[in-house]
Amino acid sequence: MTPAISVTGLTRRYRDDTALNDVNIAISGGTITGLLGRNGAGKTTLLRILAGQEFPSSGSVRVLGAPPAENEDVLRRVMLVREDQVYPDIKVGQALRAASWFRPSWDSALASSLLDDFGLRASKAVKKLSRGQRSALGITIGLAARAEVTLFDEPYAGLDAVARQVFYDRLLADFAEFPRTVLLSTHLIDEAAALFEAVIVIDRGRVVLDAPADVLRGVATRVSGPSLAVDALAGGRPVWERRRLGSQASVVIVGPLSPDDRERARSSGLDLTPLSLQQVVVQAAAGVLAPVPQTDSETERASA
Amino acid sequence: MPEMAGLDEGTPLFVQVADRLAGQIADGGLAERARVPSTNELAAFYRINPATAAKGINVLADGGLLEKRRGIGMFVATGARKRLLARRRAEFTQRYVDPLLTEAARLGIDTDELSALIKEAGNEREGASL
Repeated sequence: MTPAISVTGLTRRYRDDTALNDVNIAISGGTITGLLGRNGAGKTTLLRILAGQEFPSSGSVRVLGAPPAENEDVLRRVMLVREDQVYPDIKVGQALRAASWFRPSWDSALASSLLDDFGLRASKAVKKLSRGQRSALGITIGLAARAEVTLFDEPYAGLDAVARQVFYDRLLADFAEFPRTVLLSTHLIDEAAALFEAVIVIDRGRVVLDAPADVLRGVATRVSGPSLAVDALAGGRPVWERRRLGSQASVVIVGPLSPDDRERARSSGLDLTPLSLQQVVVQAAAGVLAPVPQTDSETERASA
Repeated sequence: MPEMAGLDEGTPLFVQVADRLAGQIADGGLAERARVPSTNELAAFYRINPATAAKGINVLADGGLLEKRRGIGMFVATGARKRLLARRRAEFTQRYVDPLLTEAARLGIDTDELSALIKEAGNEREGASL
């Protein structure tokens, strides 16, 4: 199957800054992917390029089979919901109607039920909305458009936890009924993790992690307990992080643990805690490149 | 942390979905030949990606515990409960007895004392249920 989004060697340079550096990704159709990374990592630039609102300096970008830039046919099927969308001076209902003109798959029943869920009135002027209500309007438009490729860029500035849960639940429900390709950038990884089939982590313009979400859950385990036992179990394996306090140590081991390992850990009094998706992503975004084999120098340090 | 009806973030979600379903079959909550919740029902209940839920169902289907009836959905296979109980029994030592022995050794409780403790706790429980 051709991927819905395919990016090869994408670089985007500004005057003295490289926002994206040789980015390669392929996202299959009908999936929800998390786009994660720290502020300024390049997520917004990538999403804007996918939505045809910005141009690559070099490299190839294909969305639904063709380059999106100035491509009417593709752009009608792509929706970008931005963090701080600016609207003209109109009412909520008019904003929805205006959006519906450009969206062949627009569902007005879905739009009004989302307005209800978010407590937004169609008669209210957009400029009188709070920040959270403006986000809710953006999300409503983004979901009701049912665009084949839907890009959410930190869509919930100012939204409270209840409204965010409404967003997650409605996204899942509508996605189940009308599958499409969704790319969601967010800082709230723990909160959104279960939505994702795959995650892409960007750090300083480069892709540092691109994997199915369920492969990352439990890919790394924190091992804590007596230093000697910790070192014995960690010996020769890739390790992300070491901490030591007196005779106690704590390390993060990358890779699966066998039943034998677990038995050994238990009999030597070690605690094993699998890392959550969020914790794995934080390691990746902090520049610790995902599963690094242990080098000799690390082995020396471990045994020292 | 999202509320995923008790699933945790440190283990692949599809494995947990499969485990939950297997648990319900073993406990009789999902009877043999009963219809299993659909992918979308599971996704909405656990608040997870439908593809993840589907993968969980497939684990059990691949193991012959569920069977597909074309156009209707997934159903619990005949004999699934018996097989799951046999598997649990086989895992009992590893999952419960081994850790018990490890902790007992750490506390200096020998096997005789341990069996006495188990017997005592068992008697108390039987007494309580009378």
